[in-house]
Amino acid sequence: MGFFKKKDKDKPPHIEIDIQKEIKKAEKEEKALWIKCSSCHELIYRKEVERNLDVCPKCQYHFPYSVQNRINLIFDKGTFVELYRGIEPVDFLKFKDTKSYKVRLQETRESLNRNDAVVCGQGKIKGIDALAAIFDFEFMGGSLGSVVGEKITRLLEEGAGKGIPVIVFCASGGARMQEGILSLMQMSKVSGAIYKLKSQRIPYITVLTDPTLGGVSASIAMLGDIIIGEPKAMIGFAGPRVIKETIKEELPAGFQRSEYLVEHGMIDMIVPRKEIKQKIHQLLSLITT
Amino acid sequence: MRYYLDFEKRLEPIERRIEEIKKFHNVTEGHYAKELSGLEKKVSKIEKEIYGDLSNWQRSQLSRHLNRPHTLDYVSHLFTDFTELHGDRRFKDDPAIAGGFARFEGISVAVLGHQKGKDVREMAARNFGMANPEGYRKAVRLMDLADRWQKPIITFIDTPGAFPGIGAEERGQAETIASAICFMFSLSVPVIAVVIGEGGSGGALAVGVGNRVLMLENATYSVISPEGCAAILWRDGAKGPLAADALKPTAPDLYELNVVDEVVPEPFGGAHRNWQETFDHLSQVLSKHLKELLSIPGDGLRAQRYDKFRRMGIFQEQR
Repeated sequence: MGFFKKKDKDKPPHIEIDIQKEIKKAEKEEKALWIKCSSCHELIYRKEVERNLDVCPKCQYHFPYSVQNRINLIFDKGTFVELYRGIEPVDFLKFKDTKSYKVRLQETRESLNRNDAVVCGQGKIKGIDALAAIFDFEFMGGSLGSVVGEKITRLLEEGAGKGIPVIVFCASGGARMQEGILSLMQMSKVSGAIYKLKSQRIPYITVLTDPTLGGVSASIAMLGDIIIGEPKAMIGFAGPRVIKETIKEELPAGFQRSEYLVEHGMIDMIVPRKEIKQKIHQLLSLITT
Repeated sequence: MRYYLDFEKRLEPIERRIEEIKKFHNVTEGHYAKELSGLEKKVSKIEKEIYGDLSNWQRSQLSRHLNRPHTLDYVSHLFTDFTELHGDRRFKDDPAIAGGFARFEGISVAVLGHQKGKDVREMAARNFGMANPEGYRKAVRLMDLADRWQKPIITFIDTPGAFPGIGAEERGQAETIASAICFMFSLSVPVIAVVIGEGGSGGALAVGVGNRVLMLENATYSVISPEGCAAILWRDGAKGPLAADALKPTAPDLYELNVVDEVVPEPFGGAHRNWQETFDHLSQVLSKHLKELLSIPGDGLRAQRYDKFRRMGIFQEQR
């Protein structure tokens, strides 16, 4: 009794450290070595994450995965052939916010060495032919504009014409505002092609990665015959901030995450990255043979 | 209740006075008749000044004008025998979308659209025309009936967008919009979509896949509202006017981009200044397009709709 005096309690036992600040500093200084998990906020060794297919070893959060890595992960070695590479974006509205769309495109294209936010191609998954589109979130948030819409539409038409299943790996914040109404119209264009594919009885599988929102979610993503989510991926129509501001309420825990969507019957399953090739192959073989 | 936008405010005292005179005085001759004709001249002069050269931002505001006719106003003036149908048969009836069967110039059609409210109570009840998933499901249900019974479909678009809420997400807002868009490509009957006010993003497109897309002169149709776009790209919601210029959401812009087949002229100043004239214009245009489409067989309609949307998008291609 009286072992700890009130005085002692008030006194901090150690120097206070602002951990967020330290992490930020560490991130900045040793970007190459350490990264912070955006889900569990743990500081993790970058090499370890990379060896683990860009999955956090602590909480299994799936980091955005590069297009090239995705191709290597899904397709049999050397089978993937890229399609429609030559389709390039145009700033037809002469759209300018804080920067002009033209300049934004130019800078992004140079730094990423890619024409727009999706790569399409054909390859083999454990021997089964498949057409695939893979979004690149790095390219203007994977936004859906005329180029993305045209490439995916061609891919779907090719699938319908040749009878080859189509798989889309989504990662997108939604429609590309800089293309105004024509970005919205890509939702209908692509959905029309999906209707065509489906009426030919060709399977259409979508894999939703973090994040899949807005116009992409309300067309390409949620029309999958089978929809697979990556663990903890954010999937929804409106973004959480917009919802919060509209309804002025706190959002439930885990809201709009893959696990939440499975629970509400909106997606079929959650498949970790390391099992995805096996799972897609199994599905394709069940459907096609 | 007559409502004036900021840039229309100069008209308010004069028009109130006109109303007053008409209500309480003999206006066929004498002092009041003189005052009235003077006031009316004044009104038409101010009208020319404020409506003569509308900016995109002003058009965006006009498209949401509280006194604009809404879906059910068009239905009651352009159609006869309207019978409203309710519910999605899954969850509930969403009053943000209204629809049913009616006759247009004697032809039995399905008609549906977003319904905003006129007054505070109706606006709240109809959620300002922002539908939940059940609203789009109801729309699909009605279109499916129309397809089975081989009735043309006329849709009216007037929504700020699909409702962003917890329940909406849980019940699959993205999936229902996507399914509605996809479903409209399967229809074997003529589909005419008319943007009558605010065409807000995916929530508008969900009933917008028509063989013809018509648009009233002061309506807007956009991937995102000017305010929403400003909040994201300028990080300042007050930059709406700049975003409205950049997004090019007006009827003439969309006609230029081949998204809209015909712009329906509105009375000078906008649909809210003269409902009857608006109804007459739209009625004529609708009638023309419906007649054209009625002569095309089901497969042809489906193919025409597909080709129409297939061509949308601007890009260049290196070979």
